[in-house]
Amino acid sequence: MTTTSTQSAGTVIDSLVIDGVEFSSRLITGTGGAPSLDGLGAALLASGTELTTVALRRYSPSETGSLFQLLVDHGIRVLPNTAGCFTAKDAVMTAELAREALETDWVKLEVIADEHTLLPDAVELVDATEKLVDRGFKVFAYTNDDPVLALRLENLGATAVMPLGAPIGTGLGILNPHNIELIVSRASVPVVLDAGIGTASDAALAMELGCDAVLLATAVTRAQNPVQMGEAFKHAVIAGRLARQAGRIPRREHALASSAMEGRAEFL
Amino acid sequence: MNIKLNGAQHTLGEGASVTTVVSHITGRALDANGQASDGLKIGVAVARNSEVVPRSQWAATALAEGDELEIVTAVQGG
Repeated sequence: MTTTSTQSAGTVIDSLVIDGVEFSSRLITGTGGAPSLDGLGAALLASGTELTTVALRRYSPSETGSLFQLLVDHGIRVLPNTAGCFTAKDAVMTAELAREALETDWVKLEVIADEHTLLPDAVELVDATEKLVDRGFKVFAYTNDDPVLALRLENLGATAVMPLGAPIGTGLGILNPHNIELIVSRASVPVVLDAGIGTASDAALAMELGCDAVLLATAVTRAQNPVQMGEAFKHAVIAGRLARQAGRIPRREHALASSAMEGRAEFL
Repeated sequence: MNIKLNGAQHTLGEGASVTTVVSHITGRALDANGQASDGLKIGVAVARNSEVVPRSQWAATALAEGDELEIVTAVQGG
């Protein structure tokens, strides 16, 4: 069979549904770390993403080009984040501003403990999730790879839970695959592996573990060739999803021949 | 009157509203409902003294001496 990869890439996997919105790509991208808007646009297109995070910062008249407009032009849905917030109070305020600026009630909730680890502050995260759900936001909660916390967030009304693979920007991959599997097995909202992805195989593994989608930014934007890496991730996510659904063979202690021993020719 | 806009001091004429400031800083004309007159998304939000001012209220919100305004927009991140 000679189906081309581009044809199969767009058609083979089941779509992702979040809050009633259907996505044919299971790759969610961030926009941080790209040196230019043009380069970013090309990488996002190559990755096939349909949902992309943005941060909210003070308007600066000197900035050329609008990121928001770029995403609108490419038909990519915007997921504002609360990056840089250390408290629930700041996160709620940022989410409110994002809803006003970008006209969406979706928010990637990020409440970090400190700039050194960039790890989520569980206490503030829970508090912020509760407040934002109360105010009608659809909360995509960026969380530690903690199965207990993930379930808590879901029970508080999070629309999706987004456990980290490794700390933001490290590219260390998925440090605790067992926890990710556990989170997936107990969740009834979409699970998005977010942060720590370094290269395509990390994203494939996330999907094989049962995640519904993968979110990454710098793995693409800071790659030596962001467009090519975007394309690599597109295929990795599809491959991982297919493998998950195809059902992998169980791991075994000992070898198991795939050729029958019966009917072998005999030699003197 | 003097206000603080994104952390910097600015002097405005009397009677300035949020619309006046947003229009000035973005260089875009705004309709009374807070949408850009050119039909494209303006993509900014405003907080006045740490309270979000909805787009629909920009024109009706007069600024006062000492107000602190934050005007934010989407940038690369996440």
